[in-house]
This record gives sequence, structure tokens and C-alpha cells, in this order.
Amino acid sequence: MDLLANLALGFETVLTPTNLLYCFVGCLLGTLVGVLPGIGPTATIAMLLPITFTFEPVTALIMLAGIYYGAQYGGSTTAILINLPGESSSAVTAIDGYQMARQGRAGAALATAALGSFFAGTVSTLVLAVAAPPLARAALNFGAPEYFSLIVLGLLASIALAHGSILKALGMIVIGLLLGMVGQDIYTGTPRFTFGFFELYSGINFVSVAVGVFGVAEILRNLEHETTREVLVRKVSNLWLSREDFRRIVAPVVRGTVLGSILGILPGGGHVLSSFASYSLEKRSSSRPEEFGTGAIEGVAGPESANNAGAQTSFIPMLTLGIPAHPVMALMIGAFIIQGITPGPNVIRDEPALFWGIIVSMWVGNLMLVMLNLPLIGVWVRLLTIPYRVLFPAIIAFACIGTYSISLNAFDVYAIVVFGILGYVLIKFGCEPAPLLLGFVLGPLLEEHLRRAMILSRGDPMIFLERPISAALLACAVAAVLVAVLPAVRKRRDEVFVEED
Amino acid sequence: MQHRKSVRDILSGQIFIGIAFAFGYAATGYERGTALRMGPGYFPLVLAGVLGVIGLAVVIRGLLAREEEPPLERVPLRGIVLLLGAIAFFGMTVRGLGLVPALFLTATASALASRNNSLLRALLIAAALTFLCTLIFIVGLGVPLASFGPWLRF
Repeated sequence: MDLLANLALGFETVLTPTNLLYCFVGCLLGTLVGVLPGIGPTATIAMLLPITFTFEPVTALIMLAGIYYGAQYGGSTTAILINLPGESSSAVTAIDGYQMARQGRAGAALATAALGSFFAGTVSTLVLAVAAPPLARAALNFGAPEYFSLIVLGLLASIALAHGSILKALGMIVIGLLLGMVGQDIYTGTPRFTFGFFELYSGINFVSVAVGVFGVAEILRNLEHETTREVLVRKVSNLWLSREDFRRIVAPVVRGTVLGSILGILPGGGHVLSSFASYSLEKRSSSRPEEFGTGAIEGVAGPESANNAGAQTSFIPMLTLGIPAHPVMALMIGAFIIQGITPGPNVIRDEPALFWGIIVSMWVGNLMLVMLNLPLIGVWVRLLTIPYRVLFPAIIAFACIGTYSISLNAFDVYAIVVFGILGYVLIKFGCEPAPLLLGFVLGPLLEEHLRRAMILSRGDPMIFLERPISAALLACAVAAVLVAVLPAVRKRRDEVFVEED
Repeated sequence: MQHRKSVRDILSGQIFIGIAFAFGYAATGYERGTALRMGPGYFPLVLAGVLGVIGLAVVIRGLLAREEEPPLERVPLRGIVLLLGAIAFFGMTVRGLGLVPALFLTATASALASRNNSLLRALLIAAALTFLCTLIFIVGLGVPLASFGPWLRF
């Protein structure tokens, strides 16, 4: 059995003291930033990216991955206890989870979220292990036109999930692409848009953009209306589920896992979509739909499983194709590149220990998270009482040190200021930052494959439609945009995202 | 029919157009090449064009908007100045002053960006943060940064 041998290799990689330690550190940090509203995994990973320089590649990636899915767990705690999604994908959990907490059933809601997430994490890790190798093999046959179309699909699918105006999201993508052009041209070496700054020759620093747009801009937004959070439940008791509860959550957890595993693969942040899709599926298939919104345990179980499953399977396009499904995956790609590994279909062949190590670490990490989250819930509840006015200077401090230590260059720190203010202004005017970051990362790739494809076809753009795989990918991209602008979907999209604002 | 312009759309559209112009103008300075062999200026110019059109569309939509939008939130001017100033200050002084003093001042200034922090509180937060960060980054992770820089050595 190939799969078993591969998984064994993965376990061998993960079960070293160092890797286990950093897997734990990642999960712990992830839970921490997931619990604390106002700082998400994107900014955290961006800040920690430079620190992972000195690590072994597999250790670095295990830790960063842990931060990502750890945040999914932590986010639900905040959603349930203070009706504020610590993470965008747990917005749906807040609906019924908070109601359960108000009825004194916070313990049951938290246990449901953790157990559902664990089940989903286990299954979707297996999905990842089974689906990734054939996909990577298929991707080896991809040429420049296929990659170009794939990136276009990724970019356009991401706007289907951005909230607010599609037109503005498109604009943000293009701004990101343009910012990605800064630096030396790959073919001719001409410095572009550097305005004479030598520091810009190698491009704008990715960490500066991510920290500025996601970290600093967010803090500035929060300073607009400073409020104090109300923590509803200070002591959580009775963390075990009754037999009746158990019976009620089995089917939603399984359905959520399947849904999340499939939607997570989609480029553009499928895990947010999947928690919403699971919620409406549960509501529709329930025999007691009127309970939803007033504390239905199914409304916690389904979406929580779905978003965790989606979080895991969203690694598939990144690991097999080198295409990030959302900004966090874009950062992971940055981590690969820092370590001197080009992400893509070759990773699985050239670095099997790394590839399988990451996959197995996700399962190990999920196990750690259940243990971290349930018995230690009291600690996380206390963390929620840390006021924001203490929190944000800490974010700024970490951001400054983290960014500066990448190359000990003050220029990168000044770039945070520029992107912080740009991000703040654009977010204020209703533009989402995620498409910009995705465009920024994918811009150079997009241009490279476009130029290669055009040389291949002797300047004929029809090549993108003549190649079947490429044509199919472009058709999906068009479909993604069409679906997003359809009025029915628009309305429902708006409904989901209302909770976030 | 009554129009209520959307300030958000109009302004963000204008920003899009401005960025499109800046990049488009700079891109004309690079060799364009042909579709077969694209030069460094080709793709950016196309993108700038696309962004310009999108920007225009956003502005027009803003002018024709019919729904009332909530007024723009107050701009936290003091917060912006202190926070961004603090970050820039860190960039300028971390090498010369060293991590401990640079971070202490940066953290103090950024803590003061919140109206809920008094000066004393800001100093306390900054002291705790500086201690913690020195421990994590210099002692723990061995980041090659001096605790106290050359400006403070006599």
C-alpha cells in the first residue's frame, strides 16, 4: 500500500521532538489568535514568516499550518462565547452557538465544535492524502496556458467569496497584480516601478503588504469605534454531551465534513463558503428548522465541521499546483519560497518527507487542538478579557520586529506604513483586502505564464481556448463570476456576511 | 427618481483610476514588445487599462447609486498619526538605538493611539511588551538585533 507507506513516512517526520514541539506551538498560537478578535491567522503567519527562516523547511511549514487550522478552532470559541467571530469562517457558528451559550449550554456548544472539527479534520486529512498525489501527477502535464487559466480561475473565484461589490473586488485584484509587477522584469531584467529605490528591485516585500493591509489597516479600523467586549460566560462547565446531543450531531458532522472537503478545494477561500453552505443545508434538512437561530446544536455541528474540513482541503491546490486558494495559503507559498522550495507538483516527488510530514502533522495537530481546547477552555475564556487597548500595541510590536528581521532592512518597515494607510482607506471605502493580497502573490506567476504561453502560440491568444484543460478552467472562472453576480446568490452572500460587520 | 450618490464608490473608484494612471504612465517608459514577445511594459499597461475601466465603472455606479449608505465613520486621526508614526520611528531607529529603546518608544506611542490608554498605562504596556519581545526574539529566537545600539554606546 502506497498510501500507508507514505503516511508512515509522514509520521516518521512528524514524531520527532522538534517537529512535535513546533506543531504544538503552531496550534497554540493559532488558537490564541483565533480566540482573540482583531488579529487573524493571516497577519500572524505573515509576522512569524521571517522567524521561520532559521527552521528546517518541514518544521517551519508544520508550525505555520498549525497556526492556520488552530485559528479555526479558536475562532469558534469566540463566536460561541461573545457572539463575535474570532475568524471569518466562524461567523455562522455565532448564530446558534451564542444562543446556546445564553441558555447555559456553552459547554455543549464548545464540545460539539471541537469534536465536529476533529472528526472533520481527520477525514479531510485522509482526503488530502488520497487526492493530492494523483492531482500532482496530472499537474505535471500542465503547460503555461493551463497554469495561466488556473491562476485566472483562482483570482476570479476569490471574488465570488469577497463580500461587498464584485466590481471593487476585481479592482483590488488588479491593484494586487500591478503591485506584484514591481521589481526586476524576469525576462529582461529591467527594473519596473522602482522609483529609484534599490530595495524595490526584488519586488515589494510580501510580509510588509500582508502586515500592512491585514494587520495595521484592521487596527486603524478598530480605533474608529473603540468598544469594550462583553464576555458572557466566565466559567464554562459541563463539557460533555448528552446521549441525545450526540445523536443529533452525528449526521450534521458527517454532512458538514463532506461538504467542506469538497468546497475547500475550490480556490478563493472555500472554507468560509462551506460553513455557510452547511448551515443552510442543515436548516433545510432538519425536522425542526424553527429551532435554528435559537440555539440548535446542529447549527453548530455542521458549519464547524465544514469549515475545518475546508481549511484542511484548501491545502490541496497549494501543495499540488502551487496555487494558493486564499491569502493564508499565499503566505504558505511564501514560506516554501523562503526555504528555497518551489511549490508545485514537484514537491511531492522531490520532497516526500516534507509533503507527507505536513499532511500527517495536520492530523496530529487536530488531536492536539482537541486537547488544547476542551480542558483548557478556562484559559481561553480568560484571554477574552484582555482588552483591545493592550492587544493592539503588541500586534504592532510583533509586526515591526517580524518584518524588520526578514532582511534587517528598514525599508520593509516603511512599506508597512504605506500599505497600512492604503489598506485602511480602501477598506473604509468598502473594498476587501483579500483579493489584493492574492493578486499580489499571483501577479508575477500570471505574467510569466502568459508570456510563456504567448511565445508558445506565436502570439495567438486563442491558445487558451484551444487547449481543452485551459478552456475548461477559463469556463469555470467565467461561471464563478456569473454565479457571484446573479441576484439570488448576491442576496444570500450578503446575508452571511452581515454577521461579520 | 432621486439619486443619493455613494461617496464610498466614488472615492474608491477615483483611487483605482489614480493608481491605474500612475502605473500606466510609468509603464509607458518600458519597452512594450509585441504580443508574441512581450516586453516588460506590455502586461502592466494592459492591467493599468483594465483598472482604469473598473475605476470608471465604480465611479459611475457611485454617481447613480440609489440606496442610502451609512455615513463614513469618523477618521481616528490621532490613532493614525501615532500608529504609523510609531512604525516609521521603529524603522528609523532600531539599528541605531537597538531593540530595547526603539521598541519601548514605538510601543508607548502606539498604545497612546487608543483613547482608552493613559500615559501611565501606555508606559506600563510598553515596558511589559519590550521585556517580552526581548525575551522572545533576542534570547529565545536569536534574531541578530542588538538590545542597545551604537547610538547609545559611549
